[in-house]
Amino acid sequence: MHGTNTLKRTPLYAAHLEWGAKMVPFGGWEMPVQYSGILDEHAAVRERVGLFDISHMGEFLAAGPNAEAVLNELLTNDLRNIAVGQAQYTLLCNEHGGIIDDLIAYRIEPSVFLLIVNASNIENDFTWMNARASQPVVLDNLSDKTAALALQGPSAIKVLPEAAKIPHFGVVRLVVLGRQCWVARTGYTGEDGFEIVCDASDAPSLWAGLLERGKAFGIKPCGLGARDTLRLEMCYPLHGNDITEETTPLEAGLGKFVSFDKGTFVGKDELARQKQEGVRRKLVAFKMTVKSPPPRPHYPIFSGGRNVGEITSGTQSPTLATGIGMGYIETGETKAGGPIEIEIRGKKFAAVIEKKPILKRGP
Amino acid sequence: MNIPKNLKYAKTHEWVRVEGDIAVVGITDHAQHELTDVVYVETPAVDSHIEAGKECAVVESVKAASDIYAPVSGDVVAVNEELSGAPELLNQDPYEKGWMFKVKISDPGELNELLSPDNYAHHVGA
Repeated sequence: MHGTNTLKRTPLYAAHLEWGAKMVPFGGWEMPVQYSGILDEHAAVRERVGLFDISHMGEFLAAGPNAEAVLNELLTNDLRNIAVGQAQYTLLCNEHGGIIDDLIAYRIEPSVFLLIVNASNIENDFTWMNARASQPVVLDNLSDKTAALALQGPSAIKVLPEAAKIPHFGVVRLVVLGRQCWVARTGYTGEDGFEIVCDASDAPSLWAGLLERGKAFGIKPCGLGARDTLRLEMCYPLHGNDITEETTPLEAGLGKFVSFDKGTFVGKDELARQKQEGVRRKLVAFKMTVKSPPPRPHYPIFSGGRNVGEITSGTQSPTLATGIGMGYIETGETKAGGPIEIEIRGKKFAAVIEKKPILKRGP
Repeated sequence: MNIPKNLKYAKTHEWVRVEGDIAVVGITDHAQHELTDVVYVETPAVDSHIEAGKECAVVESVKAASDIYAPVSGDVVAVNEELSGAPELLNQDPYEKGWMFKVKISDPGELNELLSPDNYAHHVGA
């Protein structure tokens, strides 16, 4: 166990306490899990707008004439498909195709990329990428001097009208409340919104300023609890739970983020073999069809009375008011609409495999 | 924090209201606040026997499942059926509408092991 004294704090630590956050350890950081309550914050993001501190996440810069080529050999997606000002979801895999991390790569200059990686993987990713860069490249870990906020929800655009022109998965350099930021139209909630990357010292004034601006639109500060329920309704994988070094992009249903025609990349051989031969298990989404305790990670999944897998993420969906989750089950039992059972404290409860995302949205 | 004077308390954050030989049991205001939004409550079965200090129920929030411990031993004579459809009563009204179950006290001496309101307040640092 780590004591709280060994946990890192974001530049917004004092702001979280001021806003009444309940703080918890997460990925080596002391982070807000909730302020007003997970259900309340979740609803704010689905219906209005919420503001998250995501400064625990890591930011790397990759730059130089070889940056694109080097990253394309390390990451599974093809960076040649994005132009300046565009972002791409991608994966960092090991030689066995196991997922070291999932991340978003932003091309911010023709030969400069911003990578946003998961908090608990920062050191590991950075070491890995440095060790395997095939050509000279500038790789800089900006995580300690950089903060990030996520402004998410249908009213995010009203809080940040100056970002209205940014397309979905676009990124621009923008002055927000007098501070120079990178603003991207990306997120982890399934709602419209922005991720704002700024200098660590600018974070407190941006946090306060955005909450002030958002008052008129019913903004709420939101913690990791709501971030988790929001992302799980959308079936966005959480690294460490749904995807790990023991699972591959093809097993996780992330094959569309793996480019087999871009040349060589770490993990390609094994992933190509899996693609040809098929995978033995797949990450499926499910929804409880009876009243049950919330499904949780590691609960066994049954199909036809047989244990076919286990849950990797589960919760009570605030939007659907029922248990939802994801888990790996044997290929062959993964068809959407298929009935399964979740074993919870020795009792089996009925559920159904859902096509992803679990939360179906209008056009 | 609300710690009613007419109740007894377990260190594990359950409250007991003694009504003759019946103990009405729930979780404290402090507990509901720490657990956060309650979304599921699993009460013990009516007629089941519960043992003081042993797990007898589960309260689940969005984030976690938490065991509830029997503050006294005895047979369960009633459970709050309303919690099945409205688990949020534990958050909204932990001492009244959010009661969890009633148990016929088998050893009244166990009540002396429970904390007074003042001692419980001290226990939770209030």
